[in-house]
Amino acid sequence: MVTIEVNNRTVEAKPGEMLLSTLRRAGIKVPTMCNIDGLPPSGACRMCVVEVEGRPGLQPSCALPVTEGMKVQTHSPRAVRARKTIVELLLANHPDDCLYCVRNNQCELQNLAGELGVRERRYTGQREEYHLDLSSPSIVRDPAKCILCGKCVRVCAEIQNVASIDFVGRGSHSRVGTAFEQGLNVSSCINCGQCVMICPTGALREKSALKEVFEAILDPERVVVVQHAPAVSVSLAEEFGLRPGTDINGVMVAALRRLGFDRVFDTSFSADLTIMEEASELVDRIKNGGKLPMMTSCSPGWIKFVEQFYPDMIENLSTCKSPQQMLGALIKSLFAEREGIDPSRIFSVSIMPCTAKKFEAGRPEMGRHGIADVDAVLTTRELARMIRLEGIDLQSLTPSEADNPFGQRSTAGKLFGATGGVMEAAVRTAHYLLTGRELAELKVQPIRGMKGVKKAKLKIDGLEIGIAVASGLGNAAELLEEVRAGRQDLHFIEIMTCSGGCVAGGGQPIGADAAAVRARMQALYNIDRSGTLRTSHSNPDIKRVYEEYLGEPLGEKSHHLLHTHYAKREVVG
Amino acid sequence: MMGSGGLVVMDEDTCMVDLAKFFMDFIQRESCGKCIPCREGTRRMLEILERITQARRSETGTGALERFKGVMYLTRLAEVIKDTSLCGLGQTAPNPVLSTLRWFRNEYEEHIFHRRCPAGACRELLHFRIDPDLCKGCTLCAKKCPTQAIMGAPKSPHYIITDKCIGCGTCLEVCRPKAVIVD
Repeated sequence: MVTIEVNNRTVEAKPGEMLLSTLRRAGIKVPTMCNIDGLPPSGACRMCVVEVEGRPGLQPSCALPVTEGMKVQTHSPRAVRARKTIVELLLANHPDDCLYCVRNNQCELQNLAGELGVRERRYTGQREEYHLDLSSPSIVRDPAKCILCGKCVRVCAEIQNVASIDFVGRGSHSRVGTAFEQGLNVSSCINCGQCVMICPTGALREKSALKEVFEAILDPERVVVVQHAPAVSVSLAEEFGLRPGTDINGVMVAALRRLGFDRVFDTSFSADLTIMEEASELVDRIKNGGKLPMMTSCSPGWIKFVEQFYPDMIENLSTCKSPQQMLGALIKSLFAEREGIDPSRIFSVSIMPCTAKKFEAGRPEMGRHGIADVDAVLTTRELARMIRLEGIDLQSLTPSEADNPFGQRSTAGKLFGATGGVMEAAVRTAHYLLTGRELAELKVQPIRGMKGVKKAKLKIDGLEIGIAVASGLGNAAELLEEVRAGRQDLHFIEIMTCSGGCVAGGGQPIGADAAAVRARMQALYNIDRSGTLRTSHSNPDIKRVYEEYLGEPLGEKSHHLLHTHYAKREVVG
Repeated sequence: MMGSGGLVVMDEDTCMVDLAKFFMDFIQRESCGKCIPCREGTRRMLEILERITQARRSETGTGALERFKGVMYLTRLAEVIKDTSLCGLGQTAPNPVLSTLRWFRNEYEEHIFHRRCPAGACRELLHFRIDPDLCKGCTLCAKKCPTQAIMGAPKSPHYIITDKCIGCGTCLEVCRPKAVIVD
């Protein structure tokens, strides 16, 4: 232990750690705009500067290792004045349009200006001219609001291994841009939205589909159907001030009905369907010598990642569509036929914790006869906006259930919202398909939790199956390199684009820390623990759908509706 | 003050504010843009110096207020850039301003309070007039003036309309009897 003195108080620090970590543990809040927990310090924003005795100038606490006997003043007039000046300098080149900004009241720059008492435009001058990038189906970039903290650049490159954006230009003309300043839509961006989650201002946001959805709801000719993803019910509550990890599934369904959606379905149902198809595909590949390891295909960011960076591994991807697209296909086929509605009259909306789902819904192969299976994708944040806009008081609602014919879901389907969940659900069903018996212990502990890469070996009737789970594409790339290098003992790999899975997706409420993500994940585990229907293959509605419509997993109709194909993708950059 | 340790000797014809502006312009171009104080701050400092060396006629909109605020906060901004910048470039960037302010404060004050440049280097702050005793009324200056700021009948002394003059110095160059006076 190292002892240092902070603000005339003795504080214990761990040897070798950065001063900022010590200060945080000691309950001293020093603001920072460029620091990302778990990554090396960048030292770009200079907000965390403190006065250190015997050192010239002010020192950035994020990049200053503690030393024995160090004497620090964190809130001396000189340090506070420096922080205030930095915020004032940023504001001098920032649009004064907080009231019109999507991040109003959720903006770190706005908060800091408030905390530091910025009350006048001290520095004024020429502003840079920037161009809005509206090209992506998922993400809008507004460089005018960018403060160049570089967090999006680092998340994209260092956590997701994508690097579709970087700094362009120098000095006061620098900005964050794509390769050759082309649109985000033709760049290597995988639409995961992790940049949106980490952006301190409104420079990055989702491309909103609210207008289309409201128009469809108001159109009497259209039947507006909505599905909601497993990870949405455990995070939506945070937008309304409830504790992270509060599950409000029933209330959310009731709110969706109140918003005017004609039918409400649960994507967890089609997660069960995905498991039926995917587990069957895995068993088929193992038994008949198909391409192994098989890799999951639920996460659209991951799919685009493979298509552009690992085209040689496309065959390893499961051909199953994601749950969103499976349910989308069933809504415009089975549901439409059953209700006698022309599919072109159905407007299918999905509520997703994800921005990449917006891209996925627009893929040309995700529809039939020129009709898209999913017409609009809203993120959790957009749903919250919609609920607030319509003045719905969640507390007054009576919880409601999903509609038939897709009314029931297993808790295995619900697990899809967390990293390892698809694997766990698939293992439960694959075990049943291979042996005819249920797993003795349904919980597969080694693949639960927040770790980036998780590996395990399973014995199913003498057959040893190697499984691996990764979340965050940097971790996924590590795993892929192992497979490329010739690793043979893996049979099934689950990849989720975002670290932690969909609970930490790019469409989730802004400002969640690691603890909040863990709480959301735990909420899903709790739902599974207390559930009675815990395996996809025992879901009676799934059985009925196969009996009455699809036939059997991997059958002809399934192939037509529930499976897809991938192709090598050329991108700029 | 600045640079590689070389020594530059300057006489009273070099304006210290102009010199500081020259260095700020250089620094501002050299800034990489990574840290906020250097990226945003050096540009604002340059703008403040530009406002100080500007004529009143060039001020538009809230220009006068901005000039006043710039004067008030120049030192404060310089100290923060020096204290917080990431690398040596930013940490030394305000030095030309701080040291000229320290040793040649009177030159700054002349610029700020009287809008005069004692060294005669800040072009916008120069005031041109014609000495009626020396002017022969040749009309050459009036013909060459790009803004028609010089009036007068041939063979009689000419005069300059200050509000129209942009301080280009053409009249000074063309006048043969050296009747144009700068102050």
